[in-house]
Amino acid sequence: MMTRKKRRLYLLGIAMLGLGTATALTLSAFEENVAYFFSPSDLQAKPPGDRLIRVGGLVEAGSVSKQGDGITTDFVIADHAATVRVTFSGALPDLFREGQGVLAEGRMRPDGVFQAREILAKHDENYMPKEVADALKKSGQFRPEAPGSKPAAGNGGV
Amino acid sequence: MHRFANPARFLRLATIILPWAALLSVGLFIAGLWLALFNSPGDYQQGDTVRIMYIHVPAAWMSMFTYSSMAVAAACALVWRHPLAEVYARAAAPIGAGFTLLCLVTGSLWGEPMWGTWWVWDARLTSVLILFFLYLGFMALVNAFDDPVRANRAGSILLLVGAVNVPIIKFSVDWWNTLHQPASVFRMGGPTIHPDMLWPLLLMALAFQTYFVAVVILRMRAELADAKIQTLRMARASAQG
Repeated sequence: MMTRKKRRLYLLGIAMLGLGTATALTLSAFEENVAYFFSPSDLQAKPPGDRLIRVGGLVEAGSVSKQGDGITTDFVIADHAATVRVTFSGALPDLFREGQGVLAEGRMRPDGVFQAREILAKHDENYMPKEVADALKKSGQFRPEAPGSKPAAGNGGV
Repeated sequence: MHRFANPARFLRLATIILPWAALLSVGLFIAGLWLALFNSPGDYQQGDTVRIMYIHVPAAWMSMFTYSSMAVAAACALVWRHPLAEVYARAAAPIGAGFTLLCLVTGSLWGEPMWGTWWVWDARLTSVLILFFLYLGFMALVNAFDDPVRANRAGSILLLVGAVNVPIIKFSVDWWNTLHQPASVFRMGGPTIHPDMLWPLLLMALAFQTYFVAVVILRMRAELADAKIQTLRMARASAQG
């Protein structure tokens, strides 16, 4: 004979299991829409056409250059496997630096350059004092982790 | 657990804990804020803006802790009919909503200078906003019924349904590409925060936790007193009738 308490407990357990499964299935079905940006490798694997999308990765060191008009910046977004050339006219966020995470929203031009209309900076999960970072850089142990370098990098439509 | 099912026993224990929790909270806030605002290093990338973390992160932790504890209370109420579980959930809800709002507001203030935007609809930010609405929905629901038994039953079910959102918040930054960075403290391989910044953060987290304990005891006492007044009123009304 099952007590009423036990029956309620099992009922609750089954209900929560069903709810969890339903949520997991829904979220995995909508994975493309939940992810906020594409990595350069995603773009290479699946060209986005001229849709409005976001691209995320690291600003490649040495790739940033200002054009003659003073507001247009060209740079390269890279992950471990691929790169995307980006051009943007406007003010950049404070954290926009070479080697730092960045998100660009815009469209791919036919010539393969990404025309960004908005740039957001993305910082990583490392927090440390400046002196510590400098010391680590000096000893060559400084390894900032790249955003969008997760093994299961998803896709991100806008 | 059922040793404390008796409200009188709970009230005796609460009276002992309350002053200690309150005192501890004040002390921890003073120490934590002093360390966080004046005596910790700035970040190598973000400078002094990183100090928003000492409010934002404990608020975010507490928003999830409070909701999880309310969901556990809801399960205890539905399965074992624990009489204090529903009192706890009702008492904790506005505090949790406050933590969530604080987390959203400080996150927005942090996002503007660092990311270049107040808000984005990425998985982390959106799931925390949903958590805020779950708190508001729970409070609205339990106050929408005249019959407290039905109100609590409906509220408990809502809390348990909403509980699926908690792991989504926690792992959103690992499962999907988000603008929000991954976890820095509770992660595989240990924290990626320098100890000089981790200590003030942990002190602030304890300050928030003890604040929560003190306020939730105050609110539970008020809920129990309110229930007693209702019972007395009913008794008097029926005696006169």
